[in-house]
Amino acid sequence: MTPTVTPYRPSQRVGRDGFLQLLHAEWTKFRTVRGWTVGTVVAALMVVLFALLAGVSSNQKGAPAVPIGPGGEPVTDSFYFLHQPLAGNGSITVSVSALKSSIPKGPGDLQPGTVPWAKAGLIIKQSTHQGSPYAAIMATGSHGVRMQDTYINDTAGPPGPVSAESPRWLRLDRSGDAITGYASTDGTKWTKVGHAQVSGLGSTAQVGLFVASPPAAWGGGTAGSVSTAVFGDLRVQGGWTGGEWTGEQLGGAHSPTFAGYPESASGSFTQSGGRFTVTGAGDIAPAVRDSLPTGGHLRDILAGTFAALIAVIVVGALFITAEYRNKMIHLTLAASPRRSRVLVAKAIVLWAVTFVAGLVGAILAAPLGERLARGNGVYIFPVSSSTELRVALGTAALLATASVLALSVGAIFRHSAGAVTTVIVAIVLPYILTAIPFMPASVANWLATVTPGAAFAVQQTLVQYDQVASNYTPYYGYYPLAPWAGLAVLAGYAVVSLAVAAVLLHRRDA
Amino acid sequence: MSAPAIVVAGLRKRYGATLALDGMSFTVRPGVVTGFMGPNGAGKSTTMRVILGLDAVDEGTALIEGKPYHSLRHPLNHVGSLLDAAALHPSRSARNHLLWLAHSQGLAARRVDQVIEQVGLTSAARRKAGGYSLGMRQRLGIAAALLGDPPIIMLDEPFNGMDPDGIIWMRGFLRSLAAQGRAVLVSSHLMSEVQDTADHLVVAGRGKAIADAGVADLIAAASRGRVTLRTTAGTHAMRVLAHAGATVAATGRDTIAVSGLPADRIVTLLNQSAVPFSEVSAHRATLEDVYLELTREAVEFRAATHTEVPR
Repeated sequence: MTPTVTPYRPSQRVGRDGFLQLLHAEWTKFRTVRGWTVGTVVAALMVVLFALLAGVSSNQKGAPAVPIGPGGEPVTDSFYFLHQPLAGNGSITVSVSALKSSIPKGPGDLQPGTVPWAKAGLIIKQSTHQGSPYAAIMATGSHGVRMQDTYINDTAGPPGPVSAESPRWLRLDRSGDAITGYASTDGTKWTKVGHAQVSGLGSTAQVGLFVASPPAAWGGGTAGSVSTAVFGDLRVQGGWTGGEWTGEQLGGAHSPTFAGYPESASGSFTQSGGRFTVTGAGDIAPAVRDSLPTGGHLRDILAGTFAALIAVIVVGALFITAEYRNKMIHLTLAASPRRSRVLVAKAIVLWAVTFVAGLVGAILAAPLGERLARGNGVYIFPVSSSTELRVALGTAALLATASVLALSVGAIFRHSAGAVTTVIVAIVLPYILTAIPFMPASVANWLATVTPGAAFAVQQTLVQYDQVASNYTPYYGYYPLAPWAGLAVLAGYAVVSLAVAAVLLHRRDA
Repeated sequence: MSAPAIVVAGLRKRYGATLALDGMSFTVRPGVVTGFMGPNGAGKSTTMRVILGLDAVDEGTALIEGKPYHSLRHPLNHVGSLLDAAALHPSRSARNHLLWLAHSQGLAARRVDQVIEQVGLTSAARRKAGGYSLGMRQRLGIAAALLGDPPIIMLDEPFNGMDPDGIIWMRGFLRSLAAQGRAVLVSSHLMSEVQDTADHLVVAGRGKAIADAGVADLIAAASRGRVTLRTTAGTHAMRVLAHAGATVAATGRDTIAVSGLPADRIVTLLNQSAVPFSEVSAHRATLEDVYLELTREAVEFRAATHTEVPR
């Protein structure tokens, strides 16, 4: 017979059953494996190191200055300008009866073509200095009449192309800083297109005709174009008295945001009677990534993110797969039988640790890299401090969320090599594929929408402009999704994987 | 009788074509060391994983103090276990290994240092556990099991890799834990390891408990009706006695265990056949004998399946 015994009374006080205890345990696990803490620090260092390399290795000292608009943003301000100074308030009217464009198909081989944003019209500009404020009304290649001002504002007027049979009459009125644009199809019945308050025009502004012909964008590249417009009925009135017209290519033949005329073409104007024939190239618009090919942006500085990603993915996967490899998972689950809580605690600890490391890396890297690059003459697209903060927070969240995705996939696979490979293929491969310049825009945008690599959108600082035709692809720094929406795609993958992992962890034998 | 610490009832579990547990049932009581014996593959480790809620069963229940394991809020305050001494991260120090475990139960770091001292690892506590010998890992595993100062201790093959000093220490330690009123369940596939330590034996074979009794009862039952014969002509003697219907087995160089015949009949038979012998005495079974007897069938079965169905 088994003797009667007094059951053992434990001496250890039973603490509260708290989720905080689980977090504490997982944090202790994380910080006591040197490889994991080192891997996380390495991830942060990668971000900083790549930023330093990007800054140090660049050299554009002595490059011509990038034209800057009134809002501090880089602009293209290179077009053919037929102008004269006019003081005070007044009005200018003109008709446009032709706007024809040519695109080079080969060296010296200019063929007629359509340049949607070719521009011919009237402009009032503070001066002939690049980047000075202006307002303009114009006929365009395929976007009808537009009124634009201060580089970024764009208002649509009457649609349709211009021709000898269907000319457009355009008018600009100045009253102090207030500029109003009108358009007409018969020269007598006018409709108001838009109104702009343009500060800084000064008492005497340069007023006249202009022709611009931005590069045509297709197939991932661009080709410079040239356009010729025919103007008639040019009249200055209402306080202005006309003088001599001066024709010039604004900003000279070359500018960082202007690639120049196609071979065997040049800007010019001819006048016969009341008729002006003006040929021009270039644009007056905000600069975009491929109209400023020498410029850099914040994403370039933070290119180390992809190296950091690899480090945090490895650490994230190992945080759980190591427990399976050495069977410590038995101890973990015996200590915490409510298994999904273990997984959530792991995810929270990993996310927080990686976020902090990523944030430190990004906050150090961005200003350091920018300062070094600017010191070497590189133009960096400017960003507001709130955007810079968003990029830093977003980069940290990108790394942290990727590590949680790796943790979840690791819990599903229970094997580090498979988990690491899967997550790298899911995040880093789309990033590399979209970095191929000749990747078709549709494929690149698809990859940057549906794969976890969409999260790189959180690093975008460049702005797309409807009135500038360009290659708006991830390669150039433009993403199909908004910054946080891109991150949300990755977060979605992480949450779904975590849920699958929790179900499997619950169902499977440990 | 005190309330049982662990009650295992009718566990059944199939892994593919293998029936790992086939109606495993037994009870573990406080204040005694229960030896959980059986050949490798008998279902001991699976049963322990089921008790800890790590593996799910197709049928049956395993209760800790009347409750399923997963309903325990601080399980390490109820059951301390050591399943696999290698189950640790090699680059974590022994102290940190116990520290995360302590934190998961809301226990203070002070408790970690206490159990480290209890198992004699204080001087090595801050070394990486990956550099530990198997014996040191077993001690570390025991420390982990003691962390919550639980009334139930469950250890799977804790003697593996221990040197003789370690084995002696472990035996004493298990006895002292039971003496404090704790229930101690220790699995082993070698009877010599738990000899003089276990008070109660559960012998597993082919996924079920083929014996669940006190050590003294088992020995008495196995000794009944058996005779030990000492002879230099073993082969001859076995042939003669087997012919007369006895079950014989050589147990030593010149000793034979005989069952199925009374001692006086054996003496007569041997004299008739002129087989020399020096001693015929009533057999006193050892625990080893009990174990071998009980598990023979299970081992034979396994050997047969191994040859017939190569895996």
